[in-house]
Order: sequence, then C-alpha cells, then structure tokens
Amino acid sequence: MAVTTRTATAAPPKEGVLRKLRSASIGFWFMSPAVILVVLFFFIPSIIVFGLSMTNLSTSTGFQNYDWVGFENYHKIFTHPDAGPTALRTIFYVGATLALFNVGMALVVALLSTHIPRRAGFIFRALWLLPRLTPSVIYIMMWKFMAAASPYGILNRYFPFLGGQNLLPDAPWVFVILTNGFIGASFGMILFASAIESIPRDFMNAALVDGCNAWQRIRYVILPALRWPLLFVTTYQTLSLLTSFEQIFILTDGQFGTEVWALWSYHRALSNYWGNFQWGFGAALAVVLVVIGAVAAVIYMRFFQFNQLVQEPLVEAL
Amino acid sequence: MNADRMTWRERFNSAAPIIALSILTFPIIIGFIWIFISTFSHTTYGLEPQGRLTLENWSFLWKDPKIWDVTLNTIILSVGQTIGVVALSALSGYALSRLSFPGRKTFLAMTLILHSFPAVTLLIAIYFVLRWINRIPILGNDIPIIGGFGYNTLGGVILVQLALQLPLGMWLMKGFFDNVSWDLQRAALIDGCSHFRAWWQIILPVIRPGVAALAIFSFVTGWGSFLIPYTFITDQENSVLAAYLRGMMGETAPVSYGTVAAVGLFQLIPVMIFFIFTQEYLMNIFSGGSKGGT
Repeated sequence: MAVTTRTATAAPPKEGVLRKLRSASIGFWFMSPAVILVVLFFFIPSIIVFGLSMTNLSTSTGFQNYDWVGFENYHKIFTHPDAGPTALRTIFYVGATLALFNVGMALVVALLSTHIPRRAGFIFRALWLLPRLTPSVIYIMMWKFMAAASPYGILNRYFPFLGGQNLLPDAPWVFVILTNGFIGASFGMILFASAIESIPRDFMNAALVDGCNAWQRIRYVILPALRWPLLFVTTYQTLSLLTSFEQIFILTDGQFGTEVWALWSYHRALSNYWGNFQWGFGAALAVVLVVIGAVAAVIYMRFFQFNQLVQEPLVEAL
Repeated sequence: MNADRMTWRERFNSAAPIIALSILTFPIIIGFIWIFISTFSHTTYGLEPQGRLTLENWSFLWKDPKIWDVTLNTIILSVGQTIGVVALSALSGYALSRLSFPGRKTFLAMTLILHSFPAVTLLIAIYFVLRWINRIPILGNDIPIIGGFGYNTLGGVILVQLALQLPLGMWLMKGFFDNVSWDLQRAALIDGCSHFRAWWQIILPVIRPGVAALAIFSFVTGWGSFLIPYTFITDQENSVLAAYLRGMMGETAPVSYGTVAAVGLFQLIPVMIFFIFTQEYLMNIFSGGSKGGT
C-alpha cells in the first residue's frame, strides 16, 4: 500500500477507476434513503403543485371530473378582490415583524446580552430560545390568555385603561407580530451574539481608549462587524416569515383581517368551513410563494459564497 | 462625594443592560408563570389564582382515557421522526462529507437550497403524494402501530416531518463529519474496515454530541408539531397532543382555561426537561443550522 504515504491533499491515484466505481456505489447506498425522501417530498410535490395549479381540481369536481384550465387560476388570483389586500397585509406582516423583532429585537438582545457577565448573558439568550421550543399551540395559548377579556386576561387585569374587553379583535396585528416576533428573534439573536463575541477584544479596547461612548462603539465597531450576519438574517427570515402561517392560523385563523397569503392558500386548499377544498386554486396561490421561495433561496446560496462549502472530500486521495 | 457618584454611576452602567433585558424578556417569563399558576387554580384573574389551589385541573390524567392514546401517538411520532432524521442524516452526511460520487456536488447544492426553501408551501402537493402512497398495498395503510405511510396515518406524518427536516439534518451532519480528523478514518480504512463499519464504529462515536443535539432538536420539534399532524390526520384517535389541545382551546371559555393549561403543561414537561439540560446543544443547532455547520 504505497499510497498510504501520500498526504491527504495529494491528487487521487490514476489507477483508481475501479475504486471510483466502488466509491460511487458506496456513496449510492449511503445516500439512497435520503434521496428517496427528498424526491418524494420536495421534487415530486414541486411538480405536482405546478400541475395542480393548472387544473380546477376541487372537492366538487372530484378526482375524475376535473379539467385542465391553463392559467385560469392565475388570472383568477390577479382579478380576485382579496388578492391586493392580502398581498399588502403579507408585506406589512413580514416587514413589521422583521424590522421590530427578527432583526431589531434580535440585535438589541444580542448587544445587551454580550455586555453583561457571560453566565447572565447565556441565561437570557436561553430564555429567548424558549418560545421557539415551546409547542406552538401552548405558546399561542399563553398569548391568548394575555389578551383575554377582563377579569381573566393578564393585560386587562394590570392595565385597566385598556378597556377590559378581549384585546385580540381590537389589535390583531399587535398580537400577530408579538407572537411571531418573540419566536423569530432568537434566530438572529444567536447569530448576532456569536458574531459580536468574535470581535477581537483589541478593537473594543482601542475604541475605549479613544474615548468612544457606548453608542459610538456600537455604530463604528460592532455594526460593521455584523454586516454579513445582518444581511443573512434579513434575507433568510424574510423568506420564512413570508411562508409561515402556523402561529396566525392558531391565533386568529385569519379572522380580524389577518389572513396572509400563505394562510389564504392553506384555507382554500386544505382547511375551510365550506368543506369544498379548491386544490387547483390553492395550488396556484402556493405556486406564487414557491416561486418567490425558490428564486430567493437560489440567489442567496450564490450570494453567500456557497462554493466554499462544497469542496471535494479528501478521503479518496487515500 | 464625587467618588460616590462615580461608583453609583458605574453600578448603574453595569446593571442597565440586565434591567433592560429583564424588561424585554418579561412577556416570555409571564407566559410560563401563568401556565404554571393556572393549572393549580380554579380560575385566575390575571396571574392571581381565585380561591384555593387545586389539583382538579389535572384530573384529565385519569378521567380522560383519550389523553393517553394521544400522548402515545405523540411519542411514536417524535421518536419515529427522531430515529429517521438522525439515521438518514448521518448516512447521507457521511457520504457528502467523506465519499466522492457522481452528483455529490449537485446534491449538496440542492440540500443547501432546500434548507432555505420554505417547505410549507408544498403542503397541498404533499397531500396528493400521501394519498398516492395510500394506494400501495400494506405500506399504504396496513402497518401496525403507525398505521402505514399514507394520508391519515401516523406513519405518513412521520415521513413528511422527517423529509422536511432532512435538509437541515444532512447539512448539520456533514458539518460534524467534516470536523472529524482524516487520520482516524484513514487508519480505519487501511486496516480493512468497510466504509459502513468505519462510519458506524469509528466516526459516529466521535461525533456523538452532534448526533445527540440533532436528536434532541428533532424530538422537540416532533413533540410540539401541530400543523402537519393537524392537516394530514383527520380522525381524532390518531391525533397528537398539539391537535388535541387545539381542539380543547376551541371549545372552552376562558373560565375553564385551567384544564387546558394543565394539558398544555403536561405537553410542555418533556420540552422543559430537555431545555434545562441541553440549551447549549440546542443553541449550537440553531447557529450551526443556519451557517451550514462548517
């Protein structure tokens, strides 16, 4: 085994055609279960959802009597009276939650928790992780109780000027943004905090020696170091907020004018009161999001220097 | 006096971030305190229990036989999903990190894209995939315990949740494998280990903490999952805790929130236990998962 003297970075041996074949077949066995599932639940559904959106398949047509209707569903979306308001609502919901919590609050918590003793900072960050780990139904139940009518609700009990009625119908967006925001903030918080902690101490000390106050330190030392994580969190969370509707679904079920695009699609296709599931129309609504999601995902994988992450493995040089 | 003021000011400066953080974190803490208090009271006004403390809210544990069916289902779902995610991610993560085979790069790129691709948008289409699986004999809906892998079975839900978590799992696992020394593996292979044995006996034990982290994360998400079980399981006997709880929430007035809160706390217990002992691991998953684990 003369090859054993080779270093790991050496080129693969030339005689390795057979070995390559063997390695490929081993790779195949290792990969196949995961590949099957990915094909079954990502690829095939992506094709199906496009196909469905071209049909008028619904509970009333059944699985036999549906028709191919081309782009009629899309035409229906663009002329639908709800489309404009729903799109605006979705943009508002994504923008507000992102600015206030997923980026804003995340940054504040990360900054504060890295400027207190390590242990304390860790405890606070762990607490912020809790909403994400708590089963969503329980988490939303807590918020519903905060908003509940007097004398039960927590907010109404301690802030009598709120009026005593159930606060959810009055200020649905406040609660939608709060519930999603408290979950979403932890993602950015963790990334920002680790980025802040990796800023060399010397930079901070230099700033201190130069007489920087806290704000100047944040503005000129910390924020420049966070440029990359900030960009990443913003893009990544835009996408996940755009398509997440679980919390809204449990909290308001789209009542009080909180039906966002993803929830609209879900209601139409899989869960509505009339029992008529419009798979075709729902799929067309979903395709809008699928396209946005796919394009965005591809763009930032290009953008975030993906090639560095996929180098060839070295073991074959053995 | 001047010196006094300085120290006072210094003290304030060091306490201010903690005070600010405590205020910001307050709503989270209040929520958990409320759920705890209200499970032991008849009624609560805000956070104050009315009347004497009671265990009555917990009577569902022995009065409602369905709770145990539902709990068992939830355990099957989360354990099944965890085993699946860990096994498949570990297998494919190893291949992606250590083997070269045609299509590796493409698949890796795809995994990364899928990782940020919002899979919930595919629920409608997944519904059709599951209905198609239903038609496969035995595999579709005739497997004991999990019911099969089709629509309206526990197995189907496991399969969907497992698949949706795979991109994250594979990517994390690849990152863990990347960090294992090459010498260790080379030694094993030269000594005549097969790749499978090297994977199972040599490499996996080294990355045990990573595997544990992924397993815990997967269990916790499975345990709390609501949307997918709710969408793909129609009959109540097969539903999971979250769906059961949501059903209760719909039909109760705030007065009897005590019972609902008790069921909620019952579901929350395993999550809290994991949370207390493993926050550090979980924190790593979230940062590693987003950065790609490298």
